[in-house]
Amino acid sequence: MAYKNYILVCAGTACESSKGIALYKELEKELAAQGVDAEAQLVKTGCFGFCEQGPIVKILPDESFYVKVGPEHAKEIVSEHIVKGRKVEALLYDKEQQDQKADEIDFYQKQQRIVLRNCGVINPEYIDEYIARDGYAALEKVLFEMTPDKVIEELKDSGLRGRGGAGFPTGLKWSFTKNTDSEQKYIVCNADEGDPGAYMDRSTAEGDPHSILEAMAIAGHTVGANQGYIYIRAEYPLAIERLNNAIDQAREYGLLGDNILGTDFSFDIELRLGAGAFVCGEETALLASIEGKRGMPIPRPPFPAVKGLWGKPTVTNNVETYANIPMIILKGSAWFSSIGTASTKGTKVFALTGKINNSGLIEVPMGTTLREIIYDIGGGISGGKKFKAAQTGGPSGGVLTEEFLDTPIDYESLQSIGSMMGSGGMIVMDEDDCMIDVTKFYLEFSVDESCGKCAPCRIGSRTCYNILDKFSKGQGTMEDIDSLKELAQAMRKASLCGLGQCTPNPIMSTLNYFEDEYMAHIKDKCCPAGKCKDLLAYTVVEDKCIGCTACARVCPVNCISGEVKGVHLIDQDQCIKCGQCFDKCKFDAILKG
Amino acid sequence: MAKMTLEELRNLRESKKKEMVQRDGDEKSAQIIIGMGTCGIAAGAKEAFDAFLDELNSHEIKDTRITQTGCMGLCFSEPTVEVAVPGMPRVIYGNVTDKVARRIVREHIIEKALVSDHIFDKPAADIIK
Repeated sequence: MAYKNYILVCAGTACESSKGIALYKELEKELAAQGVDAEAQLVKTGCFGFCEQGPIVKILPDESFYVKVGPEHAKEIVSEHIVKGRKVEALLYDKEQQDQKADEIDFYQKQQRIVLRNCGVINPEYIDEYIARDGYAALEKVLFEMTPDKVIEELKDSGLRGRGGAGFPTGLKWSFTKNTDSEQKYIVCNADEGDPGAYMDRSTAEGDPHSILEAMAIAGHTVGANQGYIYIRAEYPLAIERLNNAIDQAREYGLLGDNILGTDFSFDIELRLGAGAFVCGEETALLASIEGKRGMPIPRPPFPAVKGLWGKPTVTNNVETYANIPMIILKGSAWFSSIGTASTKGTKVFALTGKINNSGLIEVPMGTTLREIIYDIGGGISGGKKFKAAQTGGPSGGVLTEEFLDTPIDYESLQSIGSMMGSGGMIVMDEDDCMIDVTKFYLEFSVDESCGKCAPCRIGSRTCYNILDKFSKGQGTMEDIDSLKELAQAMRKASLCGLGQCTPNPIMSTLNYFEDEYMAHIKDKCCPAGKCKDLLAYTVVEDKCIGCTACARVCPVNCISGEVKGVHLIDQDQCIKCGQCFDKCKFDAILKG
Repeated sequence: MAKMTLEELRNLRESKKKEMVQRDGDEKSAQIIIGMGTCGIAAGAKEAFDAFLDELNSHEIKDTRITQTGCMGLCFSEPTVEVAVPGMPRVIYGNVTDKVARRIVREHIIEKALVSDHIFDKPAADIIK
């Protein structure tokens, strides 16, 4: 028979170190002592985030959320909550929870899922499940209850801005296309997600494809377009399969195609697959690619909203932007604009990766701080190391350092500190990451992805990369810093599109916040994080080595020699600087530096 | 189904909503929902799916449905699985390997107890009522 209560004790590594296990044992003892071990099941769980508040205890089914619970509280939790059914008020995260019903609870969660509302909830291959969760109700409302002008007004009032990174107001963009006279107009969805480490759009397309289709149909009706294209990279096979499946189902139900729901509005959607060039995420290059041409940007204006696909007015929005729209139509602009900061409304999806315990896809209201994202949701830095920086905006963005942990995140705040929102990749770095090495990685990416059309981008990014490479080998000079700055300025001013204009951003950002690290590479010829292999040597400390041979056995290139119980020696010519000997040595007898 | 009118769409929505509510309150059938985004599949969601199927069959359990969904966002603990058994709270399990999937069937579905060490928290409250 099922238990009446379930006591969940967080046993993630952070909580374990803060007495989670002792608490578990104490609770186990108390349940038996008070004779209720048949009524409540005690369960260890994975990390709940909130590690600074740990250990955490959650009791189901009433969802009580207790924080900072010590072994000394076990007796009270059992006697009060389990035996008498009364919450232990002093330990509740939110004291008001005392009076809340279980289904009203969202008190401790920092996330709010609007874009991801159906991801992980519905079966993405069944249109019926989407419809059951108010799917296509927004399209219904737009077709039967709203005028196109009203839809645009609603979007403008909501404050929704493009989630592709630039943050242009969506309602305004739609109004440009609507107000341009043309027989033919198009709706395009940019699903060409290219930032390293970003996968928000892929997950949305895989988990909730119909939300994109519905929003595109709404856009079509609003601006007067009858054809939509989703531009998605061929390396997302599952997303493509689910989108195609969704399009077929919507056509079968008459939610795409001719005379939708019996009205005179007709709209259809097709997929266009890209080969994965980063620059095709830029809207003019993307449109060229849909037309079957080589994906290269052209100067704007004219903007695609006025003169886009095949020269016709075209609305181009990103996946995440579209996924917001049905909810804005259904719940209203006032609801949407109540979420977020003064300048940026709604939520943002981030792909949280790097040196973080709980990596994953998160959606938070705009204005959430980096600290909340990293420590409350992300569960802190892995291995208990020190936070160094978070990278946002991918190859076009920059780093957010410790001093900005409490800055509320929105488009403007990130820009003012030299980074950008970008499409939503967020890579967390710890003390072991070298900023030169990281910057070099992004430059290498930009060199590869430059389309080659304009010289500032093609030659500039390569030259910047070469200079950074010199730094990482200890061959840099102070003049190189000046060259970098000059190059950055030229590239920003003279590059044709965002790719080249933004390529210097990671350099300028790290140079600004981690100048000392650049100096260490140039002047001291050393890499403080121990990443740049050319500046690194592992040596044996003679009086600490006891000759246990552990290092010699772990060395993958057999470059460590020495007798058992004798001092060992590392052959510097053969050493590949993998650091395994350093990690293996129990006697601190290997020196890194 | 043929092309729908407004009325038919509304009727379909209402009936499906009721179906979902009924499913939650149905005393007989349990539900296993497996996260099958690219991340889940890469981490072994298909193996977990097969293990669930196999274990349910070997215990001759016929009234438990296995379905798939997209990414729940808990990438660090993929594959993730939501389990809803009538009369018990819905929970999310993470790091569901073949072994864990079989434990879930035996301990959660059959014995009606939660499986220790694998429960994770749902990331956010649902905005759709």
